[in-house]
Formats: sequence, C-alpha cells, structure tokens
Amino acid sequence: MSFECRNLAVTYKTQSGGLEALTDVSFTVSKNEFVCLLGPSGCGKSTILKIVAGLLDPTAGEVIFQTQGTNGKPLNAMVFQEHGVFPWMNVLENVAFGLEMRGVGRQERNEISHKFIERVGLAHFEQSYPHELSVGMRQRVSIARAFVNDPEILLMDEPFGSLDAMTKLVMMEELLRIWSAEKKQVLYVTHDIEEAILLGDRVLVMTGRPGRIREDIRIPLPRPRDLRDRDKAEIIEIKEHIWTILEEEVRSSLEGSQ
Amino acid sequence: MSRHEMGEKTLLIIPPVILIATLGCLEFITRMEILPSLFFPPPTVVVSTLYRMTTEGALLEHLAATVTRLLTGFVLGGIPGMILGMMMGWSLPVRRIFDPFIAALHPVPKISSLPIIMIIFGIGFVSRTIVVAVASFFPMLINTMAGVRQIHPIYFDVAQNCGASRLQVLRRVVLPGATPFILAGVRLGLNVSLSISLAVELLLADKGIGTLIWMAWQTLRIEELYATIVTAAAVGISIRLFVQFLLSRFVPWDSKTRT
Repeated sequence: MSFECRNLAVTYKTQSGGLEALTDVSFTVSKNEFVCLLGPSGCGKSTILKIVAGLLDPTAGEVIFQTQGTNGKPLNAMVFQEHGVFPWMNVLENVAFGLEMRGVGRQERNEISHKFIERVGLAHFEQSYPHELSVGMRQRVSIARAFVNDPEILLMDEPFGSLDAMTKLVMMEELLRIWSAEKKQVLYVTHDIEEAILLGDRVLVMTGRPGRIREDIRIPLPRPRDLRDRDKAEIIEIKEHIWTILEEEVRSSLEGSQ
Repeated sequence: MSRHEMGEKTLLIIPPVILIATLGCLEFITRMEILPSLFFPPPTVVVSTLYRMTTEGALLEHLAATVTRLLTGFVLGGIPGMILGMMMGWSLPVRRIFDPFIAALHPVPKISSLPIIMIIFGIGFVSRTIVVAVASFFPMLINTMAGVRQIHPIYFDVAQNCGASRLQVLRRVVLPGATPFILAGVRLGLNVSLSISLAVELLLADKGIGTLIWMAWQTLRIEELYATIVTAAAVGISIRLFVQFLLSRFVPWDSKTRT
C-alpha cells in the first residue's frame, strides 16, 4: 500500500475573486512510512489531510491509492486537531465509534477497543465522558479510535498542538510505540520543527500561502527513536536547515500581509 | 466541607426561605386587614380552600383535564416541530425554504388563531388541542434547529471519516448533539402549552384549571381564584422538575446542564 498526491491545488472562492490555498502539491508516501507535513500556519497543511481523507475535493489534481484491497478495513482514519471526540459518548463508545459504524457487534468492538484504550493508558476511564478528561487524555481517545479503525493510512492533524511541551513529548513517545507495533503509513501535520524531525522518516517542508512543497527532507535517524536524542548534533543540523527555509517563508508571508 | 459545597447548600435553602417569608408577611398583612382580606385571602385560607376543593370539589378532575390537554397538544405539535427543526438545522436548502414561513407565523399570537381553528374543526376538544399543538410547535422547532446548528462541524467530519451513513449521523451525532437545546425547547414548549391550555379553557372549555379560574371569578369566590392559580403554578413547577429529570437522564455528558 502506498499513495501519491499529484498536483493538488485548492482555490477558495472569495468576494474578490479566488484565494489560492494550495498549488501544485505532489508527493508520495510509501509503505509503512511516517511522513510529516511541516509549514507555517495557514499554508494549507490541514487542507492536504482533508483531501487525502476524502473530506474535501481539490480544485485540481488527484490522490492515487495503490492497494491490494483493504478487506473491509477503512482506507484512512484521521486524528483531528481538537474537538475530535464526541462529548456525548463515553471513552469506550468514542473509541469503538468507527467499528460501530461498520456494523461490528458490540462484544467484538468492545474487545478490540479495550485493547487500545489500555495501550493509550485510559483503562480506568472507559466510562468517563470527555468533559471529565484533560485535553491530553481526550487526544489519546482520538488516537485510540484511529488505531482501532485499523486503517491503511493514519492522518494526524496537529494532534498534540494544544498540549504543553512535556505532555507532548510523552504523547509523541506513546504514539511511536503504538505505531511501531501497528505499522501503518502516517501523514502527520505539524508546525513544530522538532516534532516533525523526531517523528518522521521524511519531513515535507511547505511554503507560505499558497502552499507548495518546498523541500522533501529524509531524516537519517535510526528507529526506534529515542526522543532524548533531540540535542544530538545531526538533529540540530537538520533543525537549523529547516529553520533557514521556514524563517524565509514566515518573513515573506508577514511582509506580504502588511 | 468545602466552601463550594456550603454555597450549594445555601442556594438550595434560599428559595424556600424567601417563599415562607413572603407567605408569612402576606398572612400578617391580610389578617391585620392592612390589605383587605376580601380581595387578598391569607395564604392559610388559600391552602384550606385548595384542600376543600380537592376533597369535596372536582379540582383533581379539572387538573387532569388541563394536564391531558397540555400533554396531547405538546406531543402533537412538539414532535413535528422537532422533526422539521432537525431538518432545517441540518440542511441549508430546507432551512432556506421554510425559514420565511416560520418567521412570519411564529410571532402571531397563537390564541388569536382559535376562531379560525374553530371554524375548521368545530368548538370541541379537537380545536382546543390544536391551538395548544400550534403553540408548542414553534419553540420546539426553533430550539431544535439552533441545537443542530451549534454542533461543531468537526463532529460531522469525524463521523464521515469513520464511514457513518446519513442515518447513523442522525442517530449518533445530530440527535445527541442537539439534545440539550431540544430539552430547553421541551421546557419552553410545555410552559407555552400550559399558558395556552389555560387561555383556551378561560374562553370556552367546560373542564380544566382555566375553567375553574373563570367560574371562581364569575361567582366572586376570590379564595378559589387564588387556589386555582396556585394549582397552575404547581403544574409549572412539575414541568421544571420533569425537564430536570430528562436532562440528568439524557445529557449526563454536559457539565453545563447541571443546575
């Protein structure tokens, strides 16, 4: 299984004509690859995810999936930024939601869900409602639901964007741990350079609006990753390289908006 | 015990204290004839009148008639209101089509449509119930529509991403997401139904709390007048408690609905 985005473009209609959000975005994600989309805010990273998820039609271009049939499993599952868990369902119902929609019986879907709820460390909270949980715990519910759906492709839209720095590191480690047990290809959106480098096999650096892929950087770090390595010389080198590109983009977009 | 809990307890005690204090004052003022007890019967007299009307008279029968009318009307009007409200909240075209009609009909005082309804359905039970139904239709419709529209669009994306069908989205997203608003509509709708039921009974029914109020007025039995109004107030409190029960039963997930 792999997929390819070919010349994706999105133009929004506005009163003063068209607003180009994305232009000529092409990239391939191969089997079991963890790819991060990194760019300044408003560059259309989330838009790309929505297109791959089939929630949004691009103005031009297409996404091509190469797969040998999915055996009734969904092609993708998305972890949303925030508000991705239903407040009217408890943790168990939220995690089992995808299975419920596919018509899996209650007992079977609860069994599968238990496993992943345990894996994200929420075993004692199955009956809790989201308003009783912290933001970080809610994101774990989202992640568990995505893995329970057992998709070919995992799409993640700044899943840890609203967490504090420490919780974020712990969650990143947990994500990598689950991911290495359940290999899937991941397309992960973030605006955090370090996060992108520590998680990804590749980092696609995007330009400001209209978003384009400016550089495709392979991260030469071995797996399993140790997030304590984040001060290693090679990581800092990549970080600086990416920052040089992004700084330019951010500055020009700031000037453009003045 | 934390300060917060202390506050909760105090808040629970305050309304009865206010009630008893007010009644006490009224009792004193009217017994001393500062206010003429002929027009303002002391609360204890109203209570004993209530007791007499319940045991000797037909208060309960009239109460039953009003409650039946109010509930039948509410169900007949509220459920269609909820269904249309849900469709209008969910689908922009449906909203565009119906919105002008709702906007035009909603502010019309419902009791003023009674003559027209009587011309069509006669002066019997049907007409009286239909007026109540029409009145409870609007609050249910408008609340349900608002309830569906305030559901964060991301939940629809999540549902779609999980492969939900339209029916599943309705059952698992639209309906539960709108429930707090729908229940607010139930509270409004039931209260409007009560008011309209009483108004209809004042005008033409042969049974009901409204009829009793009218009879008490015509025979100038002032203490009965008050007793029946207290009965109507008790129905209002029951409505409040009923909705409270529905909230705790159906919306245990919303921290905002606790009172």
